[in-house]
Amino acid sequence: MTWNFDILPDFIFNGLSLGAIYGTVALALVLIFKATTLINFATGELAMLGAFLVYVLHMEQGLWLWLSMALAMVLSAGLGVLIERTLTRPFDPEDHLPVVLITLGLFLIINAVAGDIWNYQVRILTNPFGKFPDWVPSVGGDRFVEVFGSRLKYQSIGIWLTLAVALFALGLILNRTKAGLAFRAVSSNVESARLVGVHTGRTLGFGWAIASAFGTLGAVLVAPQLGGVNPNMMATILIYALAGAALGGLDSLGGAVLGGILVGLIQAVLVTWGGVVVFGQLYMSILQLAAAFLIILIVLLFRPSGLFGTRRVERV
Amino acid sequence: MVDDVFDEVGLKVENLHASYGAVEVLRGLDFEVAAKGVSVILGANGAGKTTTLRAICNMCNTSGSVTLGDEDITRTGTAEIVRKGVAHVPQGRGTFPELSVLDNLMIGAYTRKDKEVKDDVDRWFEIFPRLSERSDQLAGSLSGGEQQMLAVARALMCRPRLLLLDEPSLGLAPLIIEDLFERFTTLNKETGLTMLVVEQNANLALEMADYGYVIESGEITLSGTADQLKNDPAVQEAYLGA
Repeated sequence: MTWNFDILPDFIFNGLSLGAIYGTVALALVLIFKATTLINFATGELAMLGAFLVYVLHMEQGLWLWLSMALAMVLSAGLGVLIERTLTRPFDPEDHLPVVLITLGLFLIINAVAGDIWNYQVRILTNPFGKFPDWVPSVGGDRFVEVFGSRLKYQSIGIWLTLAVALFALGLILNRTKAGLAFRAVSSNVESARLVGVHTGRTLGFGWAIASAFGTLGAVLVAPQLGGVNPNMMATILIYALAGAALGGLDSLGGAVLGGILVGLIQAVLVTWGGVVVFGQLYMSILQLAAAFLIILIVLLFRPSGLFGTRRVERV
Repeated sequence: MVDDVFDEVGLKVENLHASYGAVEVLRGLDFEVAAKGVSVILGANGAGKTTTLRAICNMCNTSGSVTLGDEDITRTGTAEIVRKGVAHVPQGRGTFPELSVLDNLMIGAYTRKDKEVKDDVDRWFEIFPRLSERSDQLAGSLSGGEQQMLAVARALMCRPRLLLLDEPSLGLAPLIIEDLFERFTTLNKETGLTMLVVEQNANLALEMADYGYVIESGEITLSGTADQLKNDPAVQEAYLGA
């Protein structure tokens, strides 16, 4: 196989939809980092747990899929609040090591508990965007539309729309509500936030809540691409999301989304051409992960603030 | 215990100790601010001025007693102290650099539940037109003087009973400092807002204050009315450059 540009739209579509998922998980990372300058390594496992909640509510209890997703997002948000209150708030926010270790511990514990309850086999979870709804006129098939001679999957369109709606909602929460204003204030200057009467702990809990809900959303969207849910489903996704967050700038919400999408595109290039042409099929998946680490490394070395992160604009 | 200097006390601090780790920064301060009055604490760098204000707001390890009006706030949390009517403009302004000027003012009103927040924003925009012009700009992009105005306006957005000002003159040009202190004086005269100012710039501070204290190495070494301090040889030598 050689360079084949006919498949260009294919990999762009795939890259954009995987990237949108990375962007969603990257948002979960950045929301917490912005407020605490702390990487929550349990982000992926919390998201996985959220996806399993959807599995239990929808596949086992028979609730409507979208209601299950909404409930799972609310429950993960509650779990996020609980974790902030009990496991991170007692520690000095200036001292990062204990809290980072706690999130790593959470990572292991949640993974083990999920493995114990659901074992490590992949369980099918209904794809929210498996087939076009009946009212959509058929233009190609019931799972895709033809664009530029390529198949644009309904799933991709669904992922983009979902992310767009979620981002819009996040924008409203952060820019139009008092809690959102308090969150931005705490992210900008914790001490001053306290001096205007903001309860910083509760506000960080609010950040954890939104982050956990976003993580759950990301996990549910990515599940169909992995064949379903399993306790290890988020391990590599978290690494791509971290790469996306680093690339976009760890304290930039918009950067997280764009960084995630860029990582998705880079990955799609590697899958489509790199793996085949350069190293042969065998090394493909290793190459993708290596690329994610390489992105993190390069960004941290040469532009620690990422593409859109703030290098402080303060004048004193 | 100190004798009550004023008829009506806005803030009363007794035997205030504060420490950072093993280092004791305040070693038993006693001072007062008259209700609707202005007190100033003068002192050199490292004397404990900033820590004094932080201790009042319970932002560091303290012992002693802090009374606001007739209410003991020694053990009250910082966020609750704000709700009781204490606004604190910290050293270095403490604005929110990544938030717009307008959002900085809105967050200042975080503790309020009334419907007049917008009116207050308009009012401060009228008093500080520079801020109004830069309403949508990020606070971090303002000049030092503008940031200080923003910090003061933000503090006043919570409609405080007591305003704590930490070296408001620091890093500002002389003309801007004069303008700022004139505004403080007007504010005190017109609204009766109680103020506690810590300063190195003794001239302007004593001009505005009705009572003053001198703090050295965490202890108050001198106190008196603003006029007494102005005429005190030690103060003149150390702070007024006479």
